[in-house]
Amino acid sequence: MARPMSPRGSDRIVSRRAFVVGIAGACATFGFARTASAAMDPAIPGGVPPIDIGPLFEPTLWFTIDGDGIVTVNIIRAEMGQHVGTALARILADELEADWDHVRITHVDTNPKWGTMVTGGSWSVWQTWPVFSRAGAAGRMALIDAAAPLLDVSPSDCTARGGMVTCGSLAISYGSIVRRGKLDRHYTPDELAKLPIKPAAERRLVGRSVLALDIPPKTNGSARYGIDATQPGMVHARPKIPPTRNGSKVVSVDDSAARAVKGYIRSLVLDDPSDTVPGWVMVIAETQYAAFRAADLVTVHWTPGPTAGVSEQDILDHAAQQIAQKDSGVVLDTGGGDTTAAFTAAHSRLQQTYTTASVLHFQLEPVNALAFEQDGVFEIHTGNQWQSLVLPTLAKALERPVTSIVMRTYLIGGGFGRRLNGDYAVPASLAAKMLGRPVKMLLTRADDARFDSVRSPSVQTLRMAFDADGQVTAMEHDAAAGWPTQVVAPAFMLKGQSGAPYDPFAISGADNWYSVGALRVRAISNDLANATFRPGWLRSVGPGWTNWALESFMDEGAHHLTADPVAFRLKLLTGTGRNAGSAPNAVGGALRQAGVVRAVAKRAGWGNALPADSGLGIATSFGQERDMPTWVACVARVRVDRPTGTVTVEKLTIVVDAGTIVDPDSARAQTEGGALWGLSMALHEGTAFQNGQVTDTNLDSYTPLRIGRVPALDISFVDSTEVPVGLGEPATTVVGPAIGNAIFAAVGVRLRHLPITPAAVAAALAAKR
Amino acid sequence: MTNFTINGRIVTVDAEADTPLLWVIRDELGLTGTKFGCGIGLCGACTVHVGGRATRSCITAVSAVQNAVVTTIEGLDPAGKHPVQSAWLALQVPQCGYCQSGQIMQAVALLTDFPSPTDQDIDAVMAGNLCRCMTYVRIRAAIKQAAVAMGSRAKDG
Repeated sequence: MARPMSPRGSDRIVSRRAFVVGIAGACATFGFARTASAAMDPAIPGGVPPIDIGPLFEPTLWFTIDGDGIVTVNIIRAEMGQHVGTALARILADELEADWDHVRITHVDTNPKWGTMVTGGSWSVWQTWPVFSRAGAAGRMALIDAAAPLLDVSPSDCTARGGMVTCGSLAISYGSIVRRGKLDRHYTPDELAKLPIKPAAERRLVGRSVLALDIPPKTNGSARYGIDATQPGMVHARPKIPPTRNGSKVVSVDDSAARAVKGYIRSLVLDDPSDTVPGWVMVIAETQYAAFRAADLVTVHWTPGPTAGVSEQDILDHAAQQIAQKDSGVVLDTGGGDTTAAFTAAHSRLQQTYTTASVLHFQLEPVNALAFEQDGVFEIHTGNQWQSLVLPTLAKALERPVTSIVMRTYLIGGGFGRRLNGDYAVPASLAAKMLGRPVKMLLTRADDARFDSVRSPSVQTLRMAFDADGQVTAMEHDAAAGWPTQVVAPAFMLKGQSGAPYDPFAISGADNWYSVGALRVRAISNDLANATFRPGWLRSVGPGWTNWALESFMDEGAHHLTADPVAFRLKLLTGTGRNAGSAPNAVGGALRQAGVVRAVAKRAGWGNALPADSGLGIATSFGQERDMPTWVACVARVRVDRPTGTVTVEKLTIVVDAGTIVDPDSARAQTEGGALWGLSMALHEGTAFQNGQVTDTNLDSYTPLRIGRVPALDISFVDSTEVPVGLGEPATTVVGPAIGNAIFAAVGVRLRHLPITPAAVAAALAAKR
Repeated sequence: MTNFTINGRIVTVDAEADTPLLWVIRDELGLTGTKFGCGIGLCGACTVHVGGRATRSCITAVSAVQNAVVTTIEGLDPAGKHPVQSAWLALQVPQCGYCQSGQIMQAVALLTDFPSPTDQDIDAVMAGNLCRCMTYVRIRAAIKQAAVAMGSRAKDG
């Protein structure tokens, strides 16, 4: 059952390299035979990629075709439930005119040749589309060129389809071309970038649903996750998590009680040059369960870091003070305009403040990593979303060159952004280095919660100015939260108006597409949050809170004018000025957002009569980022039980315009999951810091959505041939505010804090009476 | 020493009596399809069958299955084609897949007790199985599809 390491052995690499050289001559890619870094084929039980047959054709880095015509597509994105490898391979195979039944995927291990390895931001399809389209097109053209002499015809008379090149009644398979043809064509990145791709009408795989390649092993227990990794001679570890995320120092370790546990080996105080896991102690044992039990019996005394007394309210209060301080934070470039003058001149003004609580990722597979040194290479086996970010940290921690570290790829039992921060790879590696033997670390659920990169609590204040005619003349949006990018990946900050850096992921969404006159967006880094925990990117990141505030506030703006919330939004989604959009990613601009708002209102029966204490609420967004807008709108139908304040979400109607949809069934699955995450965070989740730690660490008190509370879902996609954009997160951004707005429509109370608890609704109803 | 049958195989394991069955299954017997999620019996990722009943293996001591018959996801069907598994494939239920072994084992047990389950039956029985990817809509649909398939198979049989 073990995931064998042997297929990566040197004998196989040598023979493969010879084949590639033989067929490709001086092709620049020959030095990287695929198997040198082949990692994981999610369609194969156990994940070990099968051996290619015969010579290999490798016109680009991204795929090979073997002598049997098997197309293997290299995937640098992590598989965590999006079926991303299938979607990306479909893009390539479509242009390649491959036979889908002959397509395999390999989720590769780290290697500098792949460039940046990151899976997040709903970017994968959007970023990969142009690359894989052209890689496939290059392969198709090269195969036709090589087939023509074999068929003794002109390339211009040939066509490629379904893994065959044909010319009249003559035909030859891709496998035969690879075996017999002269395939010496190689493309540079510049040449690739110039290749034309097929018009939408010629697409044969894109736009059609298919069984995702990773799914069958996920129905029979053979799918292999990081938690399933093994290595001969490995020992198991569970950490003792210190009282603060930062700055804790170990004073003493007493393991006398743990020594009674069968299989307990020892406890290690980690010395971490990268300061990723300060104050960590690793409890080592022969089995995982022995490590779990022994850790319970090891007593560690720490000098805690400075945030040992911090509470959730402290973090929220600090944010409110920051917002009140007019010169704090970074103002984004939102196209100019003087909001101060507009507010001074306004006929009326509206201001509200919205808050959100800390949220746990609670990915079901607790974080884990297996680490060991072998043949001069430090191997780290773990599911991870941003290998390129953590590799330099691992190099610093292990005090060895990054070129001597490789991360092996596994399926991820839930990412949702938790595994963008690869901090968990560090302690396992340090322990393996100290012990000189393989160490597999697994966190218990409570450990995982305490070590989570939680979604920061947030405070946001929004203001709107209106003239005497009820036109919106200006808007301001101040948002204070912990900044994940500042803490974990500062090189990825952007520059605001003044040149000061800000975390785009913590404010995205506030720079909205409504034409509101002057717009001022101020992003504030909550330094108390940043010190207390490592803020996380959590499914939809900033828009998870910015759009809660923005779309609740748009509703309040509509009611301020006694306008219909749909009509009010449509009036502001004019698609003019900076909201006109631009090619290639945002063609149509805000008019496409208006399109999904109109469509969702119609589908949901906006304006129809509803029973007492029931209501419809609308919210819309552009997904994640202005650079890559996924236009989405949601109508929630809720029923409120007045005595208890319990909110029942009866139905969510969602319309998405994500441009070209590569795989309709996967797109739907992502939207279902994203929407229900939005619902779960709106009504069922949320924790609170107390004494520097989250208070909820397991399912006895942290209560994500279960099957019985799932509403009816009506999800539809706009038919489009525009650039394909993200789908993993957009739906998450609209559900919370749609529910809040529906509660207002149902019973007339406005909730401005997430999660919305029955107690809060009941209290608001009582206050209204 | 604890003796029991797992997936048709008789095994003897030398784990401490209070070791959770989950860790015996995963680490001693090498059957890793059964997953560790919460460790307190509230997520359902560790669900196996003991004597045909859905059981949370993370809170079941190995000593409690002495002489019992245990089935894991790997042993549900020799070809991995139990009607519940087939429905899971047909409707593409799994996303990350981590909880799905447990979901499938729980759903099989559900259909033993309720061959034609109502939505209320499904809500009640499946409430103990968390899916963090939130594939619940498809879990419900797949259970109903499997129920139909098993019903017609029973009639044919």
